[in-house]
Amino acid sequence: MAEKVNLKEVFFNPFSKNNPVVVQVLGICSVLAVTAKLEPAIVMGLSVIAVLAFSNVIISLLRNTIPTNIRIIVQLVVVAGLVVIVSQVLKAYAYDVSKQLSVFIGLIITNCILMGRLEAFAMGNKPWPSFLDGVGNGIGYSIILVITGFFRELLGSGTLLGYQVVPDWCYEHGYVNNGLMILPPMALIVVACIIWVQRANNPDLQEK
Amino acid sequence: MNKQSNVYTLIYIIVLVVVVGAALALISNALKSRQIENANADKMSQIMAAAHIDYAKGDVIKAFDQYITDQLVVSATGDIEAQGNDCAFNINVEAMSKTANIQERQLPVYVCTLANGSVKYILPCYGAGLWGPIWGYIAVDSDGSTIYGAYFAHEGETPGLGAEIEKPAFQDQFNSSLHMFKNGSFYPIEVVKAGQKPLDDADYVDGISGGTITSKGVGAMINNCIAPYQAFLESLSKK
Repeated sequence: MAEKVNLKEVFFNPFSKNNPVVVQVLGICSVLAVTAKLEPAIVMGLSVIAVLAFSNVIISLLRNTIPTNIRIIVQLVVVAGLVVIVSQVLKAYAYDVSKQLSVFIGLIITNCILMGRLEAFAMGNKPWPSFLDGVGNGIGYSIILVITGFFRELLGSGTLLGYQVVPDWCYEHGYVNNGLMILPPMALIVVACIIWVQRANNPDLQEK
Repeated sequence: MNKQSNVYTLIYIIVLVVVVGAALALISNALKSRQIENANADKMSQIMAAAHIDYAKGDVIKAFDQYITDQLVVSATGDIEAQGNDCAFNINVEAMSKTANIQERQLPVYVCTLANGSVKYILPCYGAGLWGPIWGYIAVDSDGSTIYGAYFAHEGETPGLGAEIEKPAFQDQFNSSLHMFKNGSFYPIEVVKAGQKPLDDADYVDGISGGTITSKGVGAMINNCIAPYQAFLESLSKK
């Protein structure tokens, strides 16, 4: 099975057809938590891409040596180690962002996407396809995070990446930021809208 | 080799954990100095937030050097034990807040000179909320009694409820309408349920509905950490 993987599909499928968030509905909790602003959403996306890609490669390299009865523990140790590294680097080079993301970086460890990819893909495939699978799924996750963050920050705060984009005359003419967009429930509704649009465009995904 | 044997499994996991542990220790050591710098800059920005100081983003250390003109360490009897040289900055407020005997506490004071020349005294405090630690800084006017401003932060209070203590709506209640010395007696500011009043004459602010335990934690923190400054604040009022 390892020889037959189509690299293109491995990399591009998670973007849309097999997106981890909107199709497999994994990792929803962090989507709710970090998307009130665009910047933490981008940093969270990058962190997940890095952790997912490297943990996939490491587990794939070790896959023939791991004793099956402790494979989940080995996966967790690798993921936890990488997550701690990411959080240390953020604390040193992006302190404000690490304060905003606080526990959610740590919670990457329990992000279902990671365990899912390690168990389903990296344990049975060579390092290079595993790397592509990790990056692909990470990007698929980040796309949803960034789209959600974009709409929530734009409509909730009138800014993007902290810069005001809604012109002042809008506010002078009675435009008001939608405070509801900053609250977690609106993340679910935005994600639901993304799922709606995506299913409408992909007849394969529609359940009969 | 039998990869399912207990010996193999045991050796495998030990080697893995040692390798991962060594890697983490190395990285932590390499990044430590930068992380401490960041944490210190963050602490400075919190101290200045209590005195409503504005500065350009990225100029934290410069602004801190400009506005925080002196640092003192005082004792509960009001004596100045140390002055200058970051003496207040280096004191562990958490440990001091847990020292039961207030006579043994070293109390840090940041002396802040604003752009208009007026002097404020910023006092740190540290306590417990519902889920974890809360801390803050309270700025007092040079009369030693009138509150000028306050800053509160928390580690993991409930968003929307206890976490509201870090929002302006709560912090802006700490303004010049509050006095700690009334009729010659000293009362640290109390936090009470909205609509209620404290039993004594103390000035008070409204707690957060739905965040009762965090609000009570703020009140207890102020009481525990500001009360030992009584002698020092009294000496200010006599100046």
